[in-house]
Amino acid sequence: MSDDLDRFRSEVRTWLEANCPAEMRQPIRSEADICWGGRNWTFQSDAQRGWLEAMAARGWTVPDWSKAYGGGGLTAAESRVLKEEMQRIGARPPLTSFGISMLGPALLKFGSEEQKLHYLPQIARGEIRWCQGYSEPGAGSDLAGLQTRADDKGDHWLVNGQKVWTSYADKADWIFCLVRTSTESKQGGISFLLFDMASPGVSTKPILLISGSSPFCETFFDDVKVPKDQIVGEVNRGWDVAKYLLGHEREMIAGMGLGGGASVTLGPAVKPADPLLRAEIAAFDVDALAFAAMSERFAAMWKAGEAHPASPSMMKYAGTELNKRRNALLMAAGGSDALEWDSERSRHGKTARDWLRSKGNSIEGGTSEIQLNIVAKHILGLPGA
Amino acid sequence: MNMLSDDQKMLQETASSFLADEGGIAKQLRHWRAIGCKDGFGHGLWKRFAELGLTGIGVPESHGGLGLGATEAALVLEEIGRNLTPSPFLISAIVAPRAIEGTSHADRWYPGVLSGDAVLALAIDEGPRHAPERTALDARREGNGFVLNGAKQFVVQGASADMIVTAARTGGEAGETHGITLFAVPRDAAGLAVENVALVDSSKAARLTFTNVALDSDAVIGEVDAGWQPLSRALAAGNTGAAAELVGLASGASAMTLDYLKQRKQFGRAIGEFQALQHRAAHLHAEIEIARAAALKAAQLLDSGDEQAELFVSVAKAKAADVASLAVREGVQMHGGIGMTDEHDIGLYMKREAVLGELFGDVFHHRNRVAELSGY
Repeated sequence: MSDDLDRFRSEVRTWLEANCPAEMRQPIRSEADICWGGRNWTFQSDAQRGWLEAMAARGWTVPDWSKAYGGGGLTAAESRVLKEEMQRIGARPPLTSFGISMLGPALLKFGSEEQKLHYLPQIARGEIRWCQGYSEPGAGSDLAGLQTRADDKGDHWLVNGQKVWTSYADKADWIFCLVRTSTESKQGGISFLLFDMASPGVSTKPILLISGSSPFCETFFDDVKVPKDQIVGEVNRGWDVAKYLLGHEREMIAGMGLGGGASVTLGPAVKPADPLLRAEIAAFDVDALAFAAMSERFAAMWKAGEAHPASPSMMKYAGTELNKRRNALLMAAGGSDALEWDSERSRHGKTARDWLRSKGNSIEGGTSEIQLNIVAKHILGLPGA
Repeated sequence: MNMLSDDQKMLQETASSFLADEGGIAKQLRHWRAIGCKDGFGHGLWKRFAELGLTGIGVPESHGGLGLGATEAALVLEEIGRNLTPSPFLISAIVAPRAIEGTSHADRWYPGVLSGDAVLALAIDEGPRHAPERTALDARREGNGFVLNGAKQFVVQGASADMIVTAARTGGEAGETHGITLFAVPRDAAGLAVENVALVDSSKAARLTFTNVALDSDAVIGEVDAGWQPLSRALAAGNTGAAAELVGLASGASAMTLDYLKQRKQFGRAIGEFQALQHRAAHLHAEIEIARAAALKAAQLLDSGDEQAELFVSVAKAKAADVASLAVREGVQMHGGIGMTDEHDIGLYMKREAVLGELFGDVFHHRNRVAELSGY
């Protein structure tokens, strides 16, 4: 068994050596270095294209999905080996996508076989870029109060309404979208629809954030026709799909607590001279390293089915609060340098922009307060929560 | 990685049922406190630890022990923390054996540790704050041996111990790690005055005064001037163990508090229905889980001899003490008036946390260690 794994490791190492371009082993410097894929994707370089194509051909953009769905068919142990070997050479992820991190797991659990065979390989190859249609102007924390309607018109659904905080809606090819198919019951009247953002009646408008960037949009649906077979799970049972997918989203967001590819700790890079700032940073570093240990433990327990189903809420809460502290301390450590907004010197205000952007971490994907409600109710069993 | 093996889960179950039953607060802590026991723990229970094989966790197989690691010790200590069980387990069965490992003192003392007949202690601190490298207790060479002069404090169970592993200075200056030597000092050594002090949590620690205490050279543990290494090894085991005990303590206090939130009614409903309390309870739960992961990781790194172990030992101790402190403060506050009474157990958790948090260095000591080890 471990011999097999050693053999696999050496194969992976040889293959990565031959197929991962040097440029794709450089650290990610900015958003522009991330490969999202999709119909309209412009590759940053031949290296970025070649790396995605080589990895997708082996199914290694989604190593643990089965080969029939475009995955690599690897066991959990093999997937871990691949991840470790990629980390060893500093290989960038060949593809970052909401298809992989959010929709894919939901389709694997709730999709029909036809849907899996149709959508999953496209996700694995990075051909379709997905966005998430959840929040609405009147349905934020109270997500199940959503009003976007999908009316049954016999041979199609007719969608009308508005979504907000749709990440990269202006760049996405398709949307996975929560719609109201019944007003009889709040949670029991929601369905989970997939449709093409190029459909007539869909329009988007980017939202400018306090950080100066626009990763989110308002998305409008005006008599959008959606084929009947593009519903995932049963009609009016979309809330189950939505919640399951939210678990994966929260798990992903919780990872921000680890510093997003940079170092988990702050002290070694900042080397604070002020003794009180040093004390704060040391306290942060203890919390960050402890959280990193928790992330490893959580991942292992989650895979083994030993984690509480609501535990992604706990991780999301802890990880995002930690990331806000990280960014606030980086602002403090940076002093007036960190206030610069558009100078080359400040990498166009990266510290300040990251700090402002981090404030959204404890709002998006369910606020910290909502996560605490979930922990109180489902894990602690407190009454009336 | 980070998951327990089947054997470890079995050990956890054994420790959990044994300590919840025989090591519970009413049977042990309150009982010994009420009768003013000079040891602060019961020898009968300590013999039961031995019968169940738990005293063998930190003793190598070559000496008849189980030769298990910090992870197994942590599993037992978490249950000890949860039940506030007074016992010599941490110091006598885990920490001191690490200090004397591989020396002639191991042959002398391991059998007593295993059988539960011997109690060992560790004397490091000379002031109110933990600073082992500041060791100044003077050990002067004289004839074929050494003469010790100076004082120690916060020697846990020192007055109950048969032998006290004592850090003394044979060379260098206070603040230097070189020049520290460990000695195996019999508690009844001539010239050693032992003051048995009751601490806030009803446990006992000794203040030791050494006045021309003469020891043979075979009292030296390991090499002269090179005591820092075995001392560090013992302290790593001690901090990892204390972290696990603190996690258990936090879990115990938190479980007691959650029960109360579900039982206690005000304004016609359970106070656990109030969101002001729910969010604090949920936050505490997350923190305890994180502290548990950190404590387990430190133990596992220590067991595998990983170079990151030293860093994570301090992370674990700092985090566990920080979180346990939160758990007992929230515990007393959320219990309201009853939490201030001696009759209720929640206050006992607060008292124990204060002592364990301080043992082998408090939160600030270990945050500082993390900064130093990280190069800032």
